[in-house]
Amino acid sequence: MNGFFLAFAYLRHHVGRSIVLVLVTALILFVPFATQIMLSASEERLTARAETTPLLLGRRGSALDLTMAALYFSDDRPTPVTMSEVETIWDSGLGIPIPLHFAFESGSFRIVGTSLDYFDFRELEIAEGRNLAVLGDATIGADIAAALGQGVGDTLVSSPENLFDLDGVYPLEMPIVGVLARTGTPDDSAIFVDVKTAWVIAGIGHGHADVIPEGSSGDVVAAAGIAQYQRITPDNIDTFHFHGDPADYPLSAVIVSPNDTRSATILLGRYLDPDGTVQMIEPAPVVQRLVDRIFRIKSVLDAVTFVIGIAALAAVGLAVFLSYLLRADEMATAVKLGARRGMVLRLLLSETLILLLLAGTIASAGVLAVSHQADVWVGWLAGFGV
Amino acid sequence: MVELEDLDFAYRHGNFRLRVPHLAVAAGEKLAVVGPSGSGKTTLLNLIAGLETPQAGRVSVADRDIAAMPDDARRSYRARSIGFVFQDFALLDYLSAFENILYPYRIASGLRLDGEVRNRARLLAQACGIADRLERRPGALSRGEQQRVAICRALVTRPSLVLADEATGNLDPVNKAAILDLLFARADEAGAALLAVTHDHDLLPRFDRTVDFADFREDQA
Repeated sequence: MNGFFLAFAYLRHHVGRSIVLVLVTALILFVPFATQIMLSASEERLTARAETTPLLLGRRGSALDLTMAALYFSDDRPTPVTMSEVETIWDSGLGIPIPLHFAFESGSFRIVGTSLDYFDFRELEIAEGRNLAVLGDATIGADIAAALGQGVGDTLVSSPENLFDLDGVYPLEMPIVGVLARTGTPDDSAIFVDVKTAWVIAGIGHGHADVIPEGSSGDVVAAAGIAQYQRITPDNIDTFHFHGDPADYPLSAVIVSPNDTRSATILLGRYLDPDGTVQMIEPAPVVQRLVDRIFRIKSVLDAVTFVIGIAALAAVGLAVFLSYLLRADEMATAVKLGARRGMVLRLLLSETLILLLLAGTIASAGVLAVSHQADVWVGWLAGFGV
Repeated sequence: MVELEDLDFAYRHGNFRLRVPHLAVAAGEKLAVVGPSGSGKTTLLNLIAGLETPQAGRVSVADRDIAAMPDDARRSYRARSIGFVFQDFALLDYLSAFENILYPYRIASGLRLDGEVRNRARLLAQACGIADRLERRPGALSRGEQQRVAICRALVTRPSLVLADEATGNLDPVNKAAILDLLFARADEAGAALLAVTHDHDLLPRFDRTVDFADFREDQA
């Protein structure tokens, strides 16, 4: 007890030095554990979404790019496939196709055109308002609602693809009709619209004033004065229409929920042709390969962390050792006054133990906080593209 | 009380050698040790305290040969029987004056810190005029006050022998006299013998006896 009393008194007297030593040691203890927890959370987050997405159809190319774009709404914009692929899968009766078209954004948030099946498939719940019902409706993820401070009754405007392309896509104003409950997935940062709304943003569908003026002979009049609607309202919704063959309308990807394992195998087999323009992939193994690669990198990172940790510990050890050297006179006095054999050692051990105990407590609190908040922080980091 | 007989001591390195044919200090006696620097005064204190072991001869305290004691017993003897007053006071800057006085009880074997000891420490501090300085750290005390704390620490264990190594060396004449008065009074109170190394010849008449170390030291060729 006396050893601890003296050690604590010494550490308290040299509070600045003690705090630095405690914090540095806490950091050395904290970093490897926190990294491990964050990586595990990242892995779980990545793999969980992939494992709940049995099959994914998209343009032939990088399976990883397609997976990252369709599941995590990465910055990649895959070359689209056509709506005919959805029809083909419906016709096969082997599974349910869920179209995805995520070529557009509103501000920095991705607009995801899809069908109502997506909400059931991802088990998304409406926290406020209602789900998509009418062309032009938008339902937003919880993170967007929090970031923009917007909710039901507000509106969002799609971003034009190219400000200098006067003939290109015009912005569409979309009313927010619902806010989704938080899921901790990329869906929290997405704006969901019906796939037809996405096609309106793409300019494939549009609504405008009547081109056959009242009292005219019935000739179609094309004039600059004819207004094209930038917002879909109950008054103008009937004027919205689509041009071209629906089978050719673009989709970024199609999630396929097969009826069973056999159906999945058959579907995968149908898209094996390497000369085909479309591929069907299983996202889980794709993501697992990515995770394995990350963990191979992590083992290198672990080695680097280990070396840095050893160096930092050596620095802490040196600081403690130098501090003990500075106390040589004190130790000599203690011996003259009859200090017990091992008292000096006990004193030094007590100090080291107190430092480690404090550092361990801080590191444990940090690790506990990381383990509780890992999902949130991983989501936050993912939001920044880290 | 303390007896040195045919003592012969030399450090392993260097050519210093100390020979003391005979020296005895009776219980309660006040002995001044004088001599030029390097004559072995501090070495003598270390030999009596059991911090050094002579090559020949005998240092005995209360008829016990210190050199023959096991290490633990020597430490225990130092803690229980000897009070040290150092020239530089050797106070710990991270402890209060009160905790400095109690320091031997924190580190030594066989000494138990309890309420009675704390009370004794307070009484000693009161007698030394530092009762109102006990919560201060050494850095916040004057040199005279620091020396008083060092004297309290030397006496708190109620030693039978007080070894003072130039205890007044760093003090002005007024404080020197005051500290010596204090040391004598407290040693008398405790019935302790006092063996004080000093360079100050003005203080010698106050001691019972003086030993001049110029007679003992030999430099080896």
